[in-house]
Amino acid sequence: MQSQRSRTAWLLLGPMVLMMLAVALWPLARSVWFSFTDANINDLDGARFVGLENYIGEFGLFFNPSEEAGFWASDWGVSIRNTFTFAVVSVLLETLAGLGLALLLNMEFRGRALVRTAVLVPWAIPTIVSAKMWGWMLNDQFGVINAWLIQAGLISQGVGWTAEPDYALMTVVLVDVWKTTPFMALLILAALQTVPRDCYEAAYVDGVPRWRVFRFITLPLIWQPLLVAVVFRLLDALRVFDLIYVLTANSNSTISMSGFVRREMVEYGNMGFGSAASTSLFLIILLSALLFIKVARVRLGGEVR
Amino acid sequence: MGRIGLFLACALVVFLSVYPLVYAISTSLKTGTALFDTRLLPASPTGANYAALFEGVQPFGRSILNSLMVATLTVGGALLLGLTAAYALGRIQFRGKGLLLLTLLGVSMFPQVAVLAGMFELIQALGLYNRSLGLVVPYTVFTLPFTVWILTTFMRELPTELEEAAVMDGCGPLRIIFQVFMPLLWPALVSTGLLAFIGAWNEFLFALTFVVSDSERTVPVAISLIAGATAFEIPWGTIMAGSVLVTVPLLALVIVFQRRIVSGLTAGAVKG
Repeated sequence: MQSQRSRTAWLLLGPMVLMMLAVALWPLARSVWFSFTDANINDLDGARFVGLENYIGEFGLFFNPSEEAGFWASDWGVSIRNTFTFAVVSVLLETLAGLGLALLLNMEFRGRALVRTAVLVPWAIPTIVSAKMWGWMLNDQFGVINAWLIQAGLISQGVGWTAEPDYALMTVVLVDVWKTTPFMALLILAALQTVPRDCYEAAYVDGVPRWRVFRFITLPLIWQPLLVAVVFRLLDALRVFDLIYVLTANSNSTISMSGFVRREMVEYGNMGFGSAASTSLFLIILLSALLFIKVARVRLGGEVR
Repeated sequence: MGRIGLFLACALVVFLSVYPLVYAISTSLKTGTALFDTRLLPASPTGANYAALFEGVQPFGRSILNSLMVATLTVGGALLLGLTAAYALGRIQFRGKGLLLLTLLGVSMFPQVAVLAGMFELIQALGLYNRSLGLVVPYTVFTLPFTVWILTTFMRELPTELEEAAVMDGCGPLRIIFQVFMPLLWPALVSTGLLAFIGAWNEFLFALTFVVSDSERTVPVAISLIAGATAFEIPWGTIMAGSVLVTVPLLALVIVFQRRIVSGLTAGAVKG
């Protein structure tokens, strides 16, 4: 009986597993293979095996001697630095803002449904659209934000928020925070709603100050779901592409790792070199995620039976 | 927090969330020099930008149809494959299940760009390069893990008695899935279906890479490529019109089904 049940299970899983093998694992394996070749986008069949040349060769990703200013000044080094700066700063801000928003939405007041619906708006707007919308509001000459800042006397002339290298990455972070804080808030809110009311009532009766209730009752109870949400967001932020590509017009100063890979492969046609970058990106993200899960002691799949 | 503080916090949250969209709508109704006036209410609102979208060299109506087709097929494929897989994962005990669920979680968090080269080759080999239809292949696979994950959590909560009764009546697994369970699962199907639809509707990287001609483009790429008569003139009014057009229907869906969507999102993350 049991063995027949499990045969049924695998039969039912078959179509999905086959799809995943053919359309996710196979392309991944091919990409890794391409990273050891000199493949060009126009001639994939003519690819020659070149070993680790794309990684550590003369013009490789790492240890490139022709890059005189050092690894971190190379385009690939800059893209790694940008991606991690973006991911760490934006996830940190989103978590704090999301926590605040979730605590607000967890209170009982008239009009709460309205606020909760409004919060969904940034989440529902496609990333490309939010990039364009903010690109327009932050426009250096005609943008409404510069107009407000000038009116308030904070700046004397328009600032190129998305074009100037000093501000561009920070601007991208803020637009991302705007777009993804609702997601964070909703996940944290769901966790908050599992905290039994009695916990709070007992604390209020004893006259415990609010911030101590939050620190010693609420936070420990929502800590694991919060960390899971952070892992989700972190992995999502590390693969960022569309927001940066559209908001800062694919400029060199803000390019992300995914952007670097796409530029090498599609715009320059270097499929082999680009694949080396994409394989490195995959490993870097995987290791960062594992490290975070280990250090923060995240319990993933707690319910997997 | 006092009542005034609470009110101010709420007002700030609502303003920050909604104002950019309202401003985009306002911009989409302005043309010419009116665009450079940053006041919210347009002095002389016009629909010219919306008309321009459908008249230009880039066929925006076509892009909307492409996106609708791709997103619908993705939802159909993901739900069909996802339902059978979720039944196996949610209702049957078998060896290797925990590992499979964790693998799925891993794939859903996968950086898509890591498969770009291999996917390019695969799409070309299937003869789907430069056709919007080809996007359904990667979209379905990258939506599946998440679809299966959510459907599995809902599938677990259905009563065992129902399944036993169906088995007694001689139903095979496929009939149990599609005739007994599916009608009970519609809330879960709505939330996963909507999330899959939104994902496919918004995807940019593959759409930008695997489709090159204007008539096959999907909406996000079409918006990113709206250009003016000269390289120095960016038609912000038209861009905002396109943005509003693809956002408002989506937003309406999200608001109408907000409970379903939120429960889908949190089933994937908090319970898992």
